[in-house]
Amino acid sequence: MKEKDIIKARNLDFFYGRAQALRHVTAAIPAGRVTALIGPSGCGKSTFLRTLNRMSDLVEGTRVEGSLTFHGEEVFSPNVDVTELRRRVGMVFQKPNPFPMSIYDNVAYGPRTHGRWNRAALDDIVERSLRAAAIWDEVKDCLKKDALGLSGGQQQRVCIARALAVKPEVLLMDEATSALDPISTARIEDLILELREHYTIVMVTHNMQQALRVSDKTAFFLLGELVEIGDTETLFSMPRDKRTEDYITGRFG
Amino acid sequence: MRKSRERPGELFMGVLLAACALAAVVFLLLIALYLILAGLPAIRKAGLGEFLLGTVWDSTNAEAPRFGILPMLLTSLWGAAGAVVLGVPVGFFTAVYLAKAAPRPLARVLRPAVSLLAGIPSVVYGLVGMCALVPALRAALDLPAGDSLLAAVIVLAVMILPSVIDLTTTALEAVPREYEEGSLALGATEAETWLRVSAPAARSGIAAAVVLGVGRALGEAMAILMVAGNVPNMPGLLRSVRFLTTGIAIEMNYASPGSLQRQALFSIGLVLFVFILLVNLLLNRTLKGRKGA
Repeated sequence: MKEKDIIKARNLDFFYGRAQALRHVTAAIPAGRVTALIGPSGCGKSTFLRTLNRMSDLVEGTRVEGSLTFHGEEVFSPNVDVTELRRRVGMVFQKPNPFPMSIYDNVAYGPRTHGRWNRAALDDIVERSLRAAAIWDEVKDCLKKDALGLSGGQQQRVCIARALAVKPEVLLMDEATSALDPISTARIEDLILELREHYTIVMVTHNMQQALRVSDKTAFFLLGELVEIGDTETLFSMPRDKRTEDYITGRFG
Repeated sequence: MRKSRERPGELFMGVLLAACALAAVVFLLLIALYLILAGLPAIRKAGLGEFLLGTVWDSTNAEAPRFGILPMLLTSLWGAAGAVVLGVPVGFFTAVYLAKAAPRPLARVLRPAVSLLAGIPSVVYGLVGMCALVPALRAALDLPAGDSLLAAVIVLAVMILPSVIDLTTTALEAVPREYEEGSLALGATEAETWLRVSAPAARSGIAAAVVLGVGRALGEAMAILMVAGNVPNMPGLLRSVRFLTTGIAIEMNYASPGSLQRQALFSIGLVLFVFILLVNLLLNRTLKGRKGA
């Protein structure tokens, strides 16, 4: 039987020093679906996203309690190989962050990191990743050019290609379109809908319309709590919690 | 409203700044001009080929003095190259440690300590080299004397370390955090991230560090005067050698004014000047020029 929920959080608490950023978060992320995390700034949605591939480790003085599992294995267990976890749970950031090197080297960076240096194999991975990120046609003739010379939207798609190149199962997107213009945003949204076929996607977004457009499931965070999680359409049309209703109708946030 | 430029205070500041800038440039030009005027006669007398490529320096021979500076030229070149080969990798890894790996409190103590190292007068480096390094080399390698190119290279390497570390650390700290996060999120380890993302991103700063190191190594005189032995031999790692800089320093106080010997010393100065200029140009081209590639 195919596993339904690829990531499960149960009573997850997260602390930055004394400040508690997540309070008893219990959530299940369905495999092969797009899950949107929404909520006002500082509500914990980005913190939650960053626990999923343990990028939260990068901040010093943090503490985790409760349970978070990926394929049933505890993510924060000391036995977990973090590099392998991050290979399987990829991430795209708010600000496009291609490395200051060629487009080709950007995409090949991950595979090389994981031991693939064969030129022909790399060529193949680079092409397939750039195609999957819907940018191949725009850059196929200038793969040797500096990735920083591309437009913001193109840079972000190169970053998506870079994340796809290590064949992840989950793709985390931390407000991946908030630094882009509307046209680039629309292209990335289309891309998310295409990628949904092959990947589990978890995205943080400030834009509720975007959550409605591309996600299957939505989770609403407030003050570190997961207030409500459910099918996107249901959550936006018939929120169960008063606070969710107030937020999505624009009464605060 | 009046343009700020028209106020008297602004005008005064403008003139003052321009005058200072002009003075600096004029001084530089005067030095260059003086070097050329003072250095050319001896080169003309000896012949440029004989001067640059001659292997014998015998400036005090009363009958037939010889002024070939090739031994000193090559010694300066090998000395600087050796210092860079030895000093830059050590400095680079130290900088990676200070900028990325070291616990914050330790880095806060170590960084000023490294900067302090840069403030030690070169004669002190020479003294330590003379009293500790030279005898140690003699004992370890079983040499008749420890004064050698090797001793000079080691002293120079230590001397360029502080500035190499300082500049490289600053360059590495300026690498945007997003690059490193991008690499870590792909499953790279921290060490991989530093070497494959942070260092290439900081390469123009690191190149500047190397250029500065080469410049300092080529221009240093006092410290190596005390450990190199100062015989104008063709360079060999364990031989007593004389650098361009030390060549000038040693003979200047007994070269009589107006003599050919004295003019030849100015010629060495001219060669050194042109040499450092060329090396800097070359390094700037090759190291920094790749940025947009």
